[in-house]
Amino acid sequence: MSWMLAAAHEVVPARAQMATTLGFHIILACLGIAFPTIVLVAEYFGLKRSDEVAMTLARRWSQALGVLVAIGAVTGTVLSFEMGLLWPGLMRRYGSVIGLPFSLEGIFFFLEAIFTAIYLYGWRRLSGWAHFWSGIPIAASGIFGALSVMAANSWMNQPGGFTLNAGHVVAVDPLKVFFNRAAAYEMPHMVLAAYLVAGFGVASVYAVGFLRGRRDRYHRLGFAIPFVLAAALVPAEFVVGDTAARAIATDQPAKFAAMEYVTHTSRDVPEYLGGVYENGHVHFGLRIPHADSLFVGFSTHTKITGLDSVAPGERPPVPWLIHLSFDVMVGVGSLLLIPALWALLAWWKRRSLPSCRWFWLLGAAAGPAAVLAMECGWIVTEVGRQPWVVYGLLTTAQAATTNGGVIDTLTAVVVLYAVLAVATVLMLRLLARRWRHSDERAIAVPYGPPHSPIPGEER
Amino acid sequence: MIVEVVGAILLAVMTLYAILAGADFGGGLWDLLAGGQHTGQAPRRLIDDTITPVWEANHVWLIFALVVFWTAFPSAFAAVMTAAALPLWLSVLGIVLRGGGFAFRKEVQSLRWQRLLGATFALSSLLTPFFMGTVVGAVAAGKVALDVQHSTLAAWTGPTSILVGCLFVATCAYQAAVFLIGEAARRQDRLLERYFRYRAAIAGVTAGALSLATLIALRNSDAMLYHRLTGRALPLVVLAAACGVATLALLVAGRSRWLRVLSPTGVAAVVWGWGVAQYPTLLPGTGLTLSGGSAPHATLVGVIAVSIVAVVLVVPGFLLLFWLHGRQSLESEAPPTMPR
Repeated sequence: MSWMLAAAHEVVPARAQMATTLGFHIILACLGIAFPTIVLVAEYFGLKRSDEVAMTLARRWSQALGVLVAIGAVTGTVLSFEMGLLWPGLMRRYGSVIGLPFSLEGIFFFLEAIFTAIYLYGWRRLSGWAHFWSGIPIAASGIFGALSVMAANSWMNQPGGFTLNAGHVVAVDPLKVFFNRAAAYEMPHMVLAAYLVAGFGVASVYAVGFLRGRRDRYHRLGFAIPFVLAAALVPAEFVVGDTAARAIATDQPAKFAAMEYVTHTSRDVPEYLGGVYENGHVHFGLRIPHADSLFVGFSTHTKITGLDSVAPGERPPVPWLIHLSFDVMVGVGSLLLIPALWALLAWWKRRSLPSCRWFWLLGAAAGPAAVLAMECGWIVTEVGRQPWVVYGLLTTAQAATTNGGVIDTLTAVVVLYAVLAVATVLMLRLLARRWRHSDERAIAVPYGPPHSPIPGEER
Repeated sequence: MIVEVVGAILLAVMTLYAILAGADFGGGLWDLLAGGQHTGQAPRRLIDDTITPVWEANHVWLIFALVVFWTAFPSAFAAVMTAAALPLWLSVLGIVLRGGGFAFRKEVQSLRWQRLLGATFALSSLLTPFFMGTVVGAVAAGKVALDVQHSTLAAWTGPTSILVGCLFVATCAYQAAVFLIGEAARRQDRLLERYFRYRAAIAGVTAGALSLATLIALRNSDAMLYHRLTGRALPLVVLAAACGVATLALLVAGRSRWLRVLSPTGVAAVVWGWGVAQYPTLLPGTGLTLSGGSAPHATLVGVIAVSIVAVVLVVPGFLLLFWLHGRQSLESEAPPTMPR
């Protein structure tokens, strides 16, 4: 029994470490999934219309992408080690099941790394369209890699496709593992989220530039390409997210009950906006009668399973965190519709982006907002599944390492990742400053010698 | 039979990682030892040009090896990850620092920062292979129990582990130097060619000596493995030794032809010699066999299917990358940010 106590002891720091490393990596993963598409759209316009501004954007973005993909490769490696170092119990019991989608992901990771190298370092020597096509596998493998990882994650929420005998996995059905019940909604939800994070994220950089008075075509196009891509996908994410929430009400009732503060299984369940849950009571929240039942089953009379349906020990530990994260995700996601619709309206009326300062403020805020919404969604799905790591089958405490000292690696990871985060941001700002200088120089000497300075060759 | 195929796949992935990423780690090592700013400039530049476009893709073999290991042999994976937690964490630390140092070094322009990040990259290139080697040594020496609950220092600090750790470092250095001879030759830089020829010989002799020492250490720590290495796996051990001697002869004679074939063949022979000698044991010292510790049939079929897809999609990708890199179509310089 002593090892079980040890396990219970290590599970909290192990979860904190997983949350830190995954919460960090997921931002880079989103950029790795969707940023290549944005770069390729710019390069496509650049080649198709001989648009030098679009071409410059594509070149510069690919350089930033290179830094982000390299850091993402490293933080992704940390996660694959952590699967074993923090959760040997999960690997021992279900490694043969959850490993299948991860091995498929390995292929896409390979393709991403290979073609990122060709794309990034082939600017000078590959001809225009050959270079463009070398980027297509990056964008495709980003999407398929995300689908594979989400297959593994959704399997943890809706495990299936295997046979247990005396606690051991004795048979596996790979297709049922990959296309488990939750895959249908988790996969599109995450891929779309990645496009929103990357699209709004890149756009917000140029919105800030615009607000600081840099209103040239470079900044408008740098904003428009990623912004239009993301804005067009917001409604889709809305529909997918809504479908996911309703599916979770039946697939993982305890998670849903925590998301919506459903204390008792009942009909005419109210919807709470905000509010703090404590011992079965909700304080301070805005209560909308019947609304939750209406959202789940399109009838105020819909019956929803409450937290009382599961034993106290099997309920998600912190309902307030799950509920508030869910509210923030939905709320912020809805607010992202405003700049999207605004831009649509302006385009429809005047064939240009809105010039109102408020629009650009919203555009600048949309990037961090999308990251916030995505992280909150991640908290909902991961914390909402607790105390299980494999829903209904294996608790997180059983999966955790029996080794002591996780608090030490957690400390090291927090320090290391803080340094990594600061360094990454500094590096991107350094790139931006260098690009701005080269622009200013190019403008300052319009009648100078014919050769244009190429920043990469100054060293 | 199917278990053997998956075991061979895992060994093949590990071989590719040892050869491809090993040379990249070794490059970091020579960077570390290249000396001051002026003397070290030329070799550092060559190392940088050679590694930059390919290190990330080469690194993915490690991820693939980890995933195949835990998917096909989950209980052994969990045991290794528990028993050797500390050296594995230290390897991870090395991987993070190395990747970060490398990614950022390309972008900073002030010399002080370049130096700091370069040192981080180079030092961590030493750290990671050494600690990975100690883990492999711990497995080979039978120090990983199947029901292990706590990692101990003793598991990976025995003579075999330490020797294998050093062997990994020396082998990385050897492979990198051999590879860099070819790169220098292609750039027709006679000086650098001689520079790395000299270093390849030193690293090669060191790696050979460490291999012999490891073999002797195994006689005490894992007699079974030792007997099979000198028994059924002897042809592979002899092949490895022959490759080493032939490489050394070519290095001394100043020839470059065949070097790039002989050194990876030698490394592959060592990895496969280990695999053949250990077969059918999965974790020496535990009685766990390949088939006893394997995943259900369908999972193994899945791993084989994924590996076939990998061969079809990834191998041509790698060949394209190496081909483009070989004819110098890829530049390790940052892409031009102004129009062509």
